[in-house]
Amino acid sequence: MTGLRHLLSAADLDHAGAIAVLDTAAQMAATQSREIKKLPTLRGRTVVNLFFEDSTRTRISFEAAAKRLSADVINFSAKGSSVSKGESLKDTALTLQAMGADAVVIRHHASGAPHRLAHAGWVDAAVVNAGDGTHQHPTQALLDAFTLRRHLAGGSDNPDGVGLDLAGTHVAIVGDVLHSRVARSNVLLLHTLGARVTLVAPPTLVPVGVEAWPCAVSYDLDGVITDQQPDAVMMLRVQRERMGAGGGAASGATSFFPSPLEYTRTFGLDARRLRMLPDHAIVLHPGPMNRGLEISADAADSDRSVIVEQVSNGVAVRMAVLYLLLAGEREGWS
Amino acid sequence: MTTHLLRGASPLGGAATDVLLADGRVAALGADARSGADAGTVTVDADGLVLLPGLVDLHTHLREPGREDAETVRSGTRAAAAGGFTAVHAMANTSPVADTAGVVEQVWRLGRDAGWVDVFPVGAVSVGLAGTQLAELGAMAHSAARVRVFSDDGQCVHDPVLMRRALEYVKAFDGVIAQHAQEPRLTVGAQMHEGAVSAEVGLAGWPAVAEEAIIARDVLLAEHVGSRLHVCHLSTAGSVEIVRWAKARGIAVTAEVTPHHLLLTDELARTYDPLYKVNPPLRTAEDVEALREALADGTIDIVATDHAPHTREDKDCEWAAAAFGMTGLETALPIVATTLVETGRMTWADVARVLSSAPARIGRVDTGPTPQGRPVAVGEPANLTLVDPAARWTVEPRQLRSASTNTPYGGRELSGRVVATFLRGRPTVLDGAPVDTDLDGTDPR
Repeated sequence: MTGLRHLLSAADLDHAGAIAVLDTAAQMAATQSREIKKLPTLRGRTVVNLFFEDSTRTRISFEAAAKRLSADVINFSAKGSSVSKGESLKDTALTLQAMGADAVVIRHHASGAPHRLAHAGWVDAAVVNAGDGTHQHPTQALLDAFTLRRHLAGGSDNPDGVGLDLAGTHVAIVGDVLHSRVARSNVLLLHTLGARVTLVAPPTLVPVGVEAWPCAVSYDLDGVITDQQPDAVMMLRVQRERMGAGGGAASGATSFFPSPLEYTRTFGLDARRLRMLPDHAIVLHPGPMNRGLEISADAADSDRSVIVEQVSNGVAVRMAVLYLLLAGEREGWS
Repeated sequence: MTTHLLRGASPLGGAATDVLLADGRVAALGADARSGADAGTVTVDADGLVLLPGLVDLHTHLREPGREDAETVRSGTRAAAAGGFTAVHAMANTSPVADTAGVVEQVWRLGRDAGWVDVFPVGAVSVGLAGTQLAELGAMAHSAARVRVFSDDGQCVHDPVLMRRALEYVKAFDGVIAQHAQEPRLTVGAQMHEGAVSAEVGLAGWPAVAEEAIIARDVLLAEHVGSRLHVCHLSTAGSVEIVRWAKARGIAVTAEVTPHHLLLTDELARTYDPLYKVNPPLRTAEDVEALREALADGTIDIVATDHAPHTREDKDCEWAAAAFGMTGLETALPIVATTLVETGRMTWADVARVLSSAPARIGRVDTGPTPQGRPVAVGEPANLTLVDPAARWTVEPRQLRSASTNTPYGGRELSGRVVATFLRGRPTVLDGAPVDTDLDGTDPR
């Protein structure tokens, strides 16, 4: 791990580095089936979960990961920021520095906040981006890649696909790409790992400038499923404030699509579309789901759904990231 | 008043000559200048230096009244003098807003008392910059501040009827509306130029069309009512095309470009350093090239700084929380020299046009009680700037004179340095430093 002090973006990982994280995560996952799950690796180190945005599931995932490596964990829920005239990011950072944090896991509503934390000279700690605005969420992409690799690359003799990448696989990412840090992180990491990515969304939810991304873009979910038979479909959450009916007009915002019903009809993963997928295809969702909107109960609860497994893989991947950043395991992570 | 003899200066980069400044005017040139000097004359060695008419900024934020923690009229005009300016137009988005005769006269008096440059207040177009009701434009025009430039800068006059009325109304006193072209609905929450970089870094986009649509509307309005329109901080290649088209049609439109839009691009947003957060945002390399071309061919009339000082706490934060704007008074001339003179696309005479005579003409301050932007000629007011075209220097934010340090150029090497500035014959800058006290130790102002 020559040089990588922080994990701010999926772009920070090259092919070898990404494989190293996934392989380490596989080792971590193996320890989690033991009766005693705790490893002594980060004993005496302090990991701060600095969350400016509510996200219970991501916070407890990082918390479990750090605790299973025996690190001391401090949860710092900093609601608001300099935007709302609370304590500034800088002062919060200086406080963490004074407390001797070894790693700061940060979730922030402003794109680039983890980058500022890492590079403004406020803290010496390793910074892990746990989701920033509409920018990046690299550990989500890593746990998605880990899950995809287990199902699409691993075999009976190598169930976790250790050492393998995702060359030859095709992943469709469906939904609100414009506002999605999950989509941005996955496009970069899946490309690095050799997978082919197709983004599927209404044109209003695809960012201007997407042409430069290493992926294809389609506005036709049925066409992608029928003609391209993707190996995996990743459904993205559609947030309420992007919708037309119910508050949109009153708040002065213009919705990104005409109605939730039209969205579901065109871009939702329902039982019919589920049946059209190839037999081996899996369904992912970063959670929390809007059942009945972007994903039907049929799809969410089907045998193809790996959504619950994503959560447990998240702990293993975050253990790997903290371990590689803090414990001095350097090889293969560049 | 002390007389000054500038020895060996090159007016507009031409043949070297001597220039005698006496009684606030250019008293003599060449041999007459030498013979006109007497024992009390202070000689300034101007060998190898370019002599320009004092620079005139049509777009400066001095922050006073209201945000004296970021800049005052005194600190901002001292920085302006250090940058070679002898006049600045102070934008109206202060607190309280410069939307009455009282506020513009206050700013004008603060400028006069500070004495570094002539301060010409800009009046707000609408009350409180709210975009609904015309401010008392006539009262400001007829005040001691003699306002001729009106702008809601920081906000766009987006209501087409209000814009039409404003354009028409200021014809009575030969005023001009300086429009901050930004369609508000297309730029809600916008953080940076919308394009490949914004898509990647996840900052909300400020599309070029939000600027271009307003400029297109406004040139048509200006044509319809026969009024003068000035476009502030034009930033896109598409805006250049619209202004070029409008000028070809004979519409009375003028346009400005900032130094930062001539040099910096949206790639800098990848750093998430709010020093690069500015409105309108930094655009693409293609836009930068179009702006340089347009300035060189005259489609864009002037360079204006949009000097926008901000306190450290307004920049020492995450990008979305930071204020828009960057300082620019002390780096404007060097950036024009570096990007356009050194590259052979403009002459020093062109620089005098885009940074002095044209902005003075647009603001109608080339005549009146304190004329600015006049030619370097005998009998004209001695508002002059001496520039060392060969000097290369590295920008050190703390050495700049603005009260704020939010320059995006720290560590960057630039060509061309202001050596001396004269305001009506009195040196405000000598040897590259502001003249804070007179020879006898008193404050000359």
